[in-house]
Amino acid sequence: MNLRSQKALIPFALFILIAGFLAIGLTLKPGEVPSPFIGKPAPDFNLPQLTLADNAENNNSGNISLNIISNTDLDGQVWLLNVWASWCVACQEEHPLLNQLSADNIVAIIGLNYKDEQRDAWNWLNKFGNPYSKVAVDKQGETGIEYGVYGVPETFVIDKKGVIQLKHIGPLTSKDIEQKIIPLVQKLNGVTG
Amino acid sequence: MIYSENHTYKSSKTRFFCRLTRCGLLIFFTGLWLPAFAISELKQFEDQNKQALYLKLTRELRCLVCQNQNLADSNAELAKDLRQRAYNMVDEGYQYDQIVKFMVDRYGDFVIYRPPLKPITLILWIAPFFLAICLILILVFRRRTAIPDLDDPASKENLQKAKSLIENSRTLP
Repeated sequence: MNLRSQKALIPFALFILIAGFLAIGLTLKPGEVPSPFIGKPAPDFNLPQLTLADNAENNNSGNISLNIISNTDLDGQVWLLNVWASWCVACQEEHPLLNQLSADNIVAIIGLNYKDEQRDAWNWLNKFGNPYSKVAVDKQGETGIEYGVYGVPETFVIDKKGVIQLKHIGPLTSKDIEQKIIPLVQKLNGVTG
Repeated sequence: MIYSENHTYKSSKTRFFCRLTRCGLLIFFTGLWLPAFAISELKQFEDQNKQALYLKLTRELRCLVCQNQNLADSNAELAKDLRQRAYNMVDEGYQYDQIVKFMVDRYGDFVIYRPPLKPITLILWIAPFFLAICLILILVFRRRTAIPDLDDPASKENLQKAKSLIENSRTLP
């Protein structure tokens, strides 16, 4: 009899065990793949800057190099690289926060316009505001592959030496910005508190 | 009980076709996963080795957007781009290890379906064997308790009781 009552507890114990694993599973984010980039130099890019098609035509006769942006241009300062596109719905979600971050002059934000049409991108910025000091155009997504982009929006924090310190996948929340981005930027700038 | 008894009366011919049908169904259902590889790939190489390498890569690399599909299965934009990149690299003469390293450097170990044996992936490699051993132990343990020991006086007594019950039931009206 005693053995039988002990056996009756087995399904219950299994239930608790499985429930425990599932509870842990719920708190994990399978979309957040551990990034191999942390502590590595930001991959090089030389990309055209976002301009309206008409302007681009005008500039063809002038100096084209003016319209190229490279990651090395940013050396010596802490900056964010924010990967976005006008077709990306989640980008609209984080956009007001980026606008705020830019308005507060906390850090330079460079946009990487990923696999987008220039005109759509331009209209999108006019509609939702432009937090970017510059926007690099990655029409084919080649630079995206170099940065291991797989879920737009993505945000990289890059230090003064051009080393990636943080990669955030998916839309930033105000909590992410207050608790991760801003403290890290201040730390990298050598500002305490 | 009744079904299985009837079953034994079937002719050997019927039984043969019965088994054949079962085998057919088994092959059919296990074959259901095959269309997963059916996304047609337009990319062709002249070189057979390159073609084989390219197909191997697209089967073994994960589409990060859809996560449970490999590059060959997925129609996601990123999968197309990575297929193109893999194609270009194979075309340029890069070897398997180099291309896999290129992908892992950018997307992490997660991009490969066969994770390397590292401290962090140890549980992935050990867990199946651990569970299999547990299962075998449970089965062995269960069988031992399920088979009555006929040398045990208690079971002999039970057997006698059962026999007498059967005898008595026959004499009932």
